[in-house]
Amino acid sequence: MIRAFRQLDVTLGSGTLAGVTDGKMPLRAIVATTASKTAAALSRAAGRGDGSVIGGWIGLKIDPDLLAHLASGRAVALVSGTNGKTTTTRLTAAAVGVLGRVATNGYGANMPTGHTSALAKEGHTPFAVLEVDEHYLAQVIDATRPKVVALLNLSRDQLDRAKEVAMMAQLWKTALAGHPDIRVVANADDPLVVWAASASPQTTWFSAGQRWQDDSSVCPESGHPIERANGDWWCVGCPLRRPAPQWVVEEDGVIDPRGDWHLVKLQLPGKVNLGNAATALAVAGEFGVRPIEALPRLSRVASIAGRYAQVDRDGRNIRLLLAKNPASWLEAFDMADRAPTLLSINARDPDGLDTSWLWDVDFAPLRDRPVLITGDRAYDLAVRLQVNQVPFQHVHTFDEALAQVPPGRLEVIANYTAFQDIRAVLDRVN
Amino acid sequence: MNDSTLRIVWIYPDLLSTYGDRGNMLILAHRAAARGIPVETYEVRSDMQMPTTADIYLIGGGEDGPQALAAQRLITDGGLNRAVAQGASVLAICAGYQLFGHSFFAKGTKCAGLGLLDITSDRGETRAVGELRGDIDPRLGLPPLTGFENHGGRTHLGAHAAPLARVTGGIGNDGQTEGAWYGKIIGTYSHGPALSRNPALADLLLRWSTGADRLAPLDDTWAERLRGERLTAGLPA
Repeated sequence: MIRAFRQLDVTLGSGTLAGVTDGKMPLRAIVATTASKTAAALSRAAGRGDGSVIGGWIGLKIDPDLLAHLASGRAVALVSGTNGKTTTTRLTAAAVGVLGRVATNGYGANMPTGHTSALAKEGHTPFAVLEVDEHYLAQVIDATRPKVVALLNLSRDQLDRAKEVAMMAQLWKTALAGHPDIRVVANADDPLVVWAASASPQTTWFSAGQRWQDDSSVCPESGHPIERANGDWWCVGCPLRRPAPQWVVEEDGVIDPRGDWHLVKLQLPGKVNLGNAATALAVAGEFGVRPIEALPRLSRVASIAGRYAQVDRDGRNIRLLLAKNPASWLEAFDMADRAPTLLSINARDPDGLDTSWLWDVDFAPLRDRPVLITGDRAYDLAVRLQVNQVPFQHVHTFDEALAQVPPGRLEVIANYTAFQDIRAVLDRVN
Repeated sequence: MNDSTLRIVWIYPDLLSTYGDRGNMLILAHRAAARGIPVETYEVRSDMQMPTTADIYLIGGGEDGPQALAAQRLITDGGLNRAVAQGASVLAICAGYQLFGHSFFAKGTKCAGLGLLDITSDRGETRAVGELRGDIDPRLGLPPLTGFENHGGRTHLGAHAAPLARVTGGIGNDGQTEGAWYGKIIGTYSHGPALSRNPALADLLLRWSTGADRLAPLDDTWAERLRGERLTAGLPA
């Protein structure tokens, strides 16, 4: 139930009622699809959400196999992991779009209700690219019979309730072992991901780097320490080690499996998004899309449900970065310009109620810029920054923050509900 | 290193560091340095020998598997027991607190602990998750405890362990008492960076390990604001 909040709090999507049902679907599925779309439209009309959850919920009540029926006949790619799912899904959908229409859950509604809504809304499309919450990957694989599954990374997230990270890797491993026909595209730099993907006989490896390593210092197979050097890693007690990747980020581009280097021009900031783009190219490559065809489409992606969005207000250029857990905070520091920075922390249900993770983040990279803090749990952050020797100023509102910084760039880094609060102040920017 | 240097060991961060446990080491080092006390910190992994001559030992929370493994290795190593016998101070959190007792349960199995606290732990019927508050044993002379707890265990105190606090909110050991202390060992279910909300507890550990009767006051404006917020969070206005 807690996770459902996260789904409900998504941005306004533009859905159309005029869908097309697949002529081969059973009558029950057709009825369910229609009911699903009607509910979604009502939800939007009532201003209660974007309908990305409610429609799927009703459709699945009428036909529990609706997701399977809707996925049937489409070439499906699933994207899962702790961080980067929404962005990588958007980039992958853009890349696969070279080949034809793609249905996708572009607004982060990443559980089966969201998948059902997304597929019902788009009608029949030859392709679907779906972001999947890591807890639901096995279930969604069973329902959608994907051609490709992309595994990005696994790290601690929402600590007061999430499963232990290694247990998540085990769930993935079991799910993939039951589907040897699926092509797995996986991050060679994350030991937990490599271990999970090793259950699959068909794996394409990409190297997108791993900035956060504290959850994979122990081998999931043998329990021995994992050693690291120069981007390589290996278990000291068993054969698990970094596989040779076919897709590699190098400088500001990506090397493909043939060894050709492609310049990647993105509007999205940071090395992290270069890695996400490499992943998208690798997944699209499994569908036969060549990098040269996909790259222009990737460069047109500017923001994703508010993430990376830039807003000009009162002479300030505000950029929004979402950071939900220690790994994504490190990535946000990498993306952020050396400019005044507002940090906002909440601990509501969708964020996890526990702020302990703040002590797993090293905020030292922010010492060279003015830092402002706000949010429900600003005091937790204040104590953390004091010990971290990062000077800061506390503000009560976003407008107060704006007034405190000079004209120019203001970087905003916030966790989930804090991010949504600030987006609301900025008229739900996408 | 010289004899005036305060040495802090963080025990097995590779096994027991699920919830920001690093924070306690950072806070103690910060508060020592702010008083001009030279300080060194050591992160001792589970494949390393445990030093016996440090002043403060910190052990954190974790899942059942790593908890059982940590207890096994600490018993085999023996260094921590020697350090405590020589008068070292200890802050043991959550899973680390449980393994300081005689026994605890991990993955349904009863496991032997270090026997350094007169406590035993078993499984509760429900998981304790949320804000934890309590009035600390007056003999320690500290203001109320505030923390966040997240554990499935229940802990029973023997005659040689005193409750760290009487619970005023949350569960702690059993809904009545929270944590335990004996000598210079403090155990608590306030998980992760417990000292961030309890700077006076951090200073108690520093006083125990330096022998100082009092320490120069620090600017704890933000910690006090945090305490004020958390000690009243969720209570009727």
